[in-house]
Amino acid sequence: MNPPVAESLASESGWQRFRRDRAAAWSGWFLVAVAAACFLSPWIAPYPYMAQDLASSAMAPSSAHWLGTDLLGRDVLSRLLQGGMISLFVGLIATAVALVVGICYGVFAAEVGGRAEDALMRFVDIVSTLPLTLIVILSTVVFGQNMPMIFLAVGGVSWLTMARIIRNQTRELKGSQFVQAAESLGQTRWGIFRRHYLPNLAGTIAVCATLTVPGVMLLEAFVSFLGLGVKAPMTSWGLMIKEGADIMEECPWLLVSPSVVFALTLLSLNFLGDGLRDAFDPRSSRK
Amino acid sequence: MAYVLRRLLEMIPVLLIVVAATFFLAHAVPGGPFDKDRPLPAEVKARLEQYYGLDQPLPAQLGRYVVHLAQGDLGPSIKYPGWSVREVIGSRIGVSAALGLVSLLIAVLIGVPVGVLAASRPNSWLDRVPMGFTLVGICVPSFVLGPILALVFALGLGWLPPCGWGSPIHFVLPACTLGLITAAPLARLTRGSLMEVRSLDYVRTARAKGVAPLRVWFVHALRNALLPVVTYLGPAAAGLVSGSFVIESLFDVPGMGRLFVTAIINRDVMLILGTTIVYASALLFLNLAADLANAALNPKVARDR
Repeated sequence: MNPPVAESLASESGWQRFRRDRAAAWSGWFLVAVAAACFLSPWIAPYPYMAQDLASSAMAPSSAHWLGTDLLGRDVLSRLLQGGMISLFVGLIATAVALVVGICYGVFAAEVGGRAEDALMRFVDIVSTLPLTLIVILSTVVFGQNMPMIFLAVGGVSWLTMARIIRNQTRELKGSQFVQAAESLGQTRWGIFRRHYLPNLAGTIAVCATLTVPGVMLLEAFVSFLGLGVKAPMTSWGLMIKEGADIMEECPWLLVSPSVVFALTLLSLNFLGDGLRDAFDPRSSRK
Repeated sequence: MAYVLRRLLEMIPVLLIVVAATFFLAHAVPGGPFDKDRPLPAEVKARLEQYYGLDQPLPAQLGRYVVHLAQGDLGPSIKYPGWSVREVIGSRIGVSAALGLVSLLIAVLIGVPVGVLAASRPNSWLDRVPMGFTLVGICVPSFVLGPILALVFALGLGWLPPCGWGSPIHFVLPACTLGLITAAPLARLTRGSLMEVRSLDYVRTARAKGVAPLRVWFVHALRNALLPVVTYLGPAAAGLVSGSFVIESLFDVPGMGRLFVTAIINRDVMLILGTTIVYASALLFLNLAADLANAALNPKVARDR
């Protein structure tokens, strides 16, 4: 995890440094495998995820059902893949929402400057002290438990950190000479945003996005766990963990498999984000 | 002092915004509190709505609510007839506050020493093993750790009751779950911040002038390194609140977290508002307390404002 500083030579490209970070690389491959399995689940799952077979309900893992079956006789592996698809989907879309809002807000704040900027950032500070789970729970109840609303609600509260980081970076860029040069050459603000800000922010955005996904997935799982998120017969990892926790005495396998996959996915995302940051952000040299 | 006053005054508009936002959100919840399986006669429903002031336009209701709130009155509960929201929350808040404080204590008592230990021997097994665990702690949500702890210690070993409330032993599982989850980021933060501080000039100066190593470590370095850790306690408390929603349902703890979730499911508008306000103000105060603690630790922070 801690590569010696001398090794990371300035002449190396970020990708070369990233490739040497074995934890991050393995995490990347793991995530690709999980994502592929989940998104291909309609074709590769051994059983339809909602197919009930009461004759073989609550069976421990066996060769017919690798991860066992739940109380309604549904195949756990198939449900795990379908649930993963939902969880990853929420993670990706909500992160995209957070990304767009965060970038717009951060860049806008840095661009207007002065008192307005202070007020905008103070607002972010204050909102981030509030319990965001509360807001997400309230809005899923208000706007119904449909998927697009969950994306929006979760993404809508996850942009705060992003806005803060983007604003700090943009402020630095704004004062830099090449941006001043572009200004004096008559480049429009939009042109500066597109040609100078965005390319320079790309690395930060990538790192931020990777580190936002686990938080977002956690939030979705929280809400689903409380029974306010994804609704049956669909499922998500949070909901499966909840169902497993309810009957863990009789059928521990219902709790173990979604918990393990969920935790491993979050772990990999964190490793990947850390690896990306170490490789592409020169300032985060690990001591 | 003036600073504390300014911060307290700043809270009022924030709380008002929270109240207004929650108010409109809670009233937008589809399905009224009197929609039951067996519909009430129209005139009974009208009387009930009149009694709770639900028949007036929303802004008027909000205005009335804020006036009552300023007098410490959170209104009547809709699902617990005869009880005011204040009484309902009052009967639950002690449990949640105790659970939250014990969890926070566990988190600090585990997180900070682990971080210090790891930073004292960077890249040794003393660093790698605990830091590996904290990474797991960050990725395993409370609703996974809780059932696993219950599975091992309650059902497997039979040392602790799996759920319930009443005696101190019931505290152990929920408080440990919340505490361990919060300890993980605290440990990482402590380690990172100590690593940064110990390479600073003033620490080298202290060492060069012959201060005992342990004194340099604990008095000079740790004091500064704790600043971001103390600041993090505010967000950590917010995390404990979210955690408590799940943990209290999981371990059958009669606290505020469960009250909030039940209020949402029951569409009890007054109770939703009341709990949200209590949570929001508690967190605002905790953040203020964290900032004040920071100023006490670091005169520079105190001077800067």
